[in-house]
Amino acid sequence: MTQLALVIDLNVCVGCHACVTSCKEWNTSGVAGSLSDENPYGKDPSGTFFNRVQTFEVGEFPNTQTVHFPKSCLHCEDPPCVPVCPTGASYKRQTDGLVLIDYDKCIGCNYCSWACPYGVRELDENQKVMKKCTLCVDRINDTSLADEQRKPACVLACPTNARLYGDIHDPESIVSKAIRENGGYQLMPEWETKPANHYLPRRSASAIDNELSRKVEQQRPNTLKPTGAPSKP
Amino acid sequence: MNPAFSVIFLTTLIGAGQGLFLALFAVESGWLGTAPATGAALYVRGDFVALALLIAGLIASFFHLGHPERAWRAVAMWRTSWLSREVIVLPLFMAVVALHGVCHFSGGTSGVVVTGLAGAILCLALFYITAMNYVCIKFLQEWATPLTIVNYTLLGCASGFTLATALAASLEPALVPTLARWALNLTLAAAAARIASLIRNARLRPKSTMQSAIGIQNPRIVQKAQGFMGSSFNTREFFHGKSRQLVQSVKWGFLLLVFVIPAWLLSGSNVENKAAFAFLIQYIGLIAERWYFFAQARHPQNLYYQAAS
Repeated sequence: MTQLALVIDLNVCVGCHACVTSCKEWNTSGVAGSLSDENPYGKDPSGTFFNRVQTFEVGEFPNTQTVHFPKSCLHCEDPPCVPVCPTGASYKRQTDGLVLIDYDKCIGCNYCSWACPYGVRELDENQKVMKKCTLCVDRINDTSLADEQRKPACVLACPTNARLYGDIHDPESIVSKAIRENGGYQLMPEWETKPANHYLPRRSASAIDNELSRKVEQQRPNTLKPTGAPSKP
Repeated sequence: MNPAFSVIFLTTLIGAGQGLFLALFAVESGWLGTAPATGAALYVRGDFVALALLIAGLIASFFHLGHPERAWRAVAMWRTSWLSREVIVLPLFMAVVALHGVCHFSGGTSGVVVTGLAGAILCLALFYITAMNYVCIKFLQEWATPLTIVNYTLLGCASGFTLATALAASLEPALVPTLARWALNLTLAAAAARIASLIRNARLRPKSTMQSAIGIQNPRIVQKAQGFMGSSFNTREFFHGKSRQLVQSVKWGFLLLVFVIPAWLLSGSNVENKAAFAFLIQYIGLIAERWYFFAQARHPQNLYYQAAS
């Protein structure tokens, strides 16, 4: 069975929010209607988003690191939000493992949001239905698009290539390899939700530098040291 | 969690209605060890009041929905969803309570027996199902305990038996001492169970931490930005935003209103004049109790929404 997912590399995310804005742009303009904003230019702006980038400070000064942390629906393999839905509006699609919501069946009872430990479901205050990331289901299934365009909007927008997209059940996929080779991990494993989305852990800057230098030396001896930021495949 | 008054009224109103029906059933089947009621008035009026409470609870629940006109869809997923099961069993129980009242009113003896038994079974099932809505969310650790089932059942029964005592005061005075004793015992049992859950929850250690939330094993992780500077569904639905003092006062308030004052009123003399007041006090206390039940639950998603900047 296919299980589509994102793999997010915390080494290269710079917290620019390009994934947030491109997600909002694509999904507010899509077939499923707008992602409504309340009071967008007022004192207490609020809105419906599928994707948020948060920032954490890790460690004790002076040994601190700033970690930018994008968070969206993790498309769990055992999603706790799905069985609690009384109407069947929330479901896990068997063909590709996406956790989706049928907006026409949702009664807006909020129960699924209570049953998600990650807080990725948001009630649209205008349409009064629950919303969340669909991995741009209307892009990735659109056969009229060129193959390289059939990816979630956030993945296409990321300027540092921090977001990888693919089938984690295919051991040869880009995401499976990234998880395998970089120690990709899941959020809150204690609840056994088996999130499909994985995160690639931070490595220390010197480790990256050394590894990269070694690789470059192996491939192209006598070449110049790289000057650009390391980029994952 | 941010307590939703629609759900607070739903669970407390139907709880009292269910308890009242169980009290009527216990009287008519002789389980309380009293002589049967002299007439049908207590049963008919009792069923009417129970039905009114159940309907009021159902109406309250609609205010929780974004799309109440689609509520009928909620019967679909009874195989997996406790909420769906509740949506099925509640109207079923209401219909049986109505039939039970009609049978008493028209004097149908076999109808009374059948609807009484069916009602009692549905009533207990409904207590269990209502509580399981909360118990089944395993990461809301304050709720995920069998004590939640015990509390919902005992608190509903206590308030229902207090209400039955109040109804019997004018209709069947001979039943008042027995009903008052049962109401008192159920109130004390509920107090023991609720205090047990308070002690348990005070000792809980959250399984999710900042470390497991973002998967970084460093003892010091401080949020600097949550991705937006205003509010969102996540900050409104899962935070009550009330001070610690207020939450603590609600706790001591409900312990006083649900248990101490009703127990004192029910155990004194002249109960027939005080039972209605005891129920009123107990019900107001139950609203505070349910508010606290929601406010006390710490949702792991809150780990991601600690600071805006």
